[in-house]
Amino acid sequence: MNFHTLSQLAALAAERNTEIGALMLEEQSAESGRPADAEFAKMKEYYGVMKEAVQRGMTENTTSRSGLTGLDAQRVGAYNASGESCLGGPSGQAMAYALAVSEVNASMGRIIATPTAGSCGIIPGVFLSCQERFGWDDDKMTYGLFAAGAIGYVIANNSFVSGAEGGCQAEVGSAIGMAAGALTELRGGTPAQAVHAVGLALKNTLGLICDPVGGLVEIPCIVRNGFGAVTALAAADMALAGVRSVIPSDEVIKVMLEVGSSMPEKHRETAGGGLAQTPTGRKIMEDLRGSRREEKLES
Amino acid sequence: MRFKDVFSIIGPAMVGPSSSHTAGAARIGRAARQLLGEMPQKAEVIFYGSFAATYQGHGTDRAIAGGLLDFATDDLRLPDSIELAEAAGMDLSFRQGAGLFPHPNTVRLELAGESGGLSLTGISIGGGNIEIVEIDGFSVKLSGMYPTVLIHHMDYLGVLAGVTDTMRRGRVNIGHMSLDRKNRSGAALTVLELDERLAPELAAELMALPAVQSVKLIHLEEGEKKPAESAGVEGMKEEKGKE
Repeated sequence: MNFHTLSQLAALAAERNTEIGALMLEEQSAESGRPADAEFAKMKEYYGVMKEAVQRGMTENTTSRSGLTGLDAQRVGAYNASGESCLGGPSGQAMAYALAVSEVNASMGRIIATPTAGSCGIIPGVFLSCQERFGWDDDKMTYGLFAAGAIGYVIANNSFVSGAEGGCQAEVGSAIGMAAGALTELRGGTPAQAVHAVGLALKNTLGLICDPVGGLVEIPCIVRNGFGAVTALAAADMALAGVRSVIPSDEVIKVMLEVGSSMPEKHRETAGGGLAQTPTGRKIMEDLRGSRREEKLES
Repeated sequence: MRFKDVFSIIGPAMVGPSSSHTAGAARIGRAARQLLGEMPQKAEVIFYGSFAATYQGHGTDRAIAGGLLDFATDDLRLPDSIELAEAAGMDLSFRQGAGLFPHPNTVRLELAGESGGLSLTGISIGGGNIEIVEIDGFSVKLSGMYPTVLIHHMDYLGVLAGVTDTMRRGRVNIGHMSLDRKNRSGAALTVLELDERLAPELAAELMALPAVQSVKLIHLEEGEKKPAESAGVEGMKEEKGKE
């Protein structure tokens, strides 16, 4: 790739007079040696898998194998439909869809890791709800995924995207930044505005620990995907309105690296701290171990 | 660059719940299966770090078993792979390892097949991306992102020249190359990551080089992203019979 930082990415897009998504498609094709339409088709297929996961999560039983989670997307969907929700339509829809995909993931269904499976709800939640609202076609959404990928590529290579390495900020935080930047571009923002959206979003998740109960990608991961979708919409709105990330987004990414690296191991996906070690978290863990022992005795 | 392209960020298409514990583990298992070149009859799986702490809840054991059956990350049979592997005659065991390990998500595989064995250590670095760091006692570094060739040979003057010349004549570009040897004039392993697949004729040419003992290929991208049709246990047995 011909860029390593977000400022290089924005400068390159401006220089070539193109959008981040189209630029990334070009760069990807050069990197892989495959024609651009083949790469585009693969990404479009991925978008199809995302749509399928939203559909499944909103209509089918998503109770996880542990029995701890499931069907919250449908609860939120029904509440949105009642007209009583605090957020209001579009944000509520993004939240419901994000929950839906994360619940499909927890129940061992098929999803696209964006950038990881633990954070797989945010981009589909934001993308599908906005597609419905603004009437965009799938090709436009596919370019949006390339834009999100370009942003994630910079974050991953300058910091990290996994909870085990950098806490939840790396996982859910990166996904929020990617969704915010891509949505800013989809709504007509400039590459520079998209980059500001990334910084605004990432700043708001710095320090977020990875503390999955029982070590599973369920609690609190699923609800964090729901919140993440809403945060991404907010960051895009701020950037489109002209709000800037005063600390440049590339510096925010470096801060994420610093904060994540200094996080104690117990807060990095080991279930050794945080919510996982609350009295209830510990009880759930013991119950899970107990039910596994029973499974073994039966077999 | 740890993450090489857009699809290492958006993707892989996978069966949940965890990209590092499930998709990454499946890809490590699949790399081992392809290197062994046959269905393992016995597979000892040793988990370290976060893998050891949470493998049951994340289905990391199922993912490894699926990989050993050569399933892609989005194969819908992954949740049932332990049962499928056992039905196909694989003797699988899982345990938690002790001692030092190179990454929070590390797995070591000890495999035995009809015609040989393999030991391999893999790490899962996030988002389904992996690195294989050790094979049969050799230090390696391969990501599985590219078509990969592994050449077991003796440490012998001119082997690499023969390998690279074969690639040049076949017009296949090498993106990354590493060599590790047990000792001077002893056993060595060379790993090549290529920009495209290696044709069978070129693999045969490599095999014919002096001091080369085996040539093995890994193609992890194959089958990923395409919805896999569900196949029963019978399918597994047939596959075993063929090998």
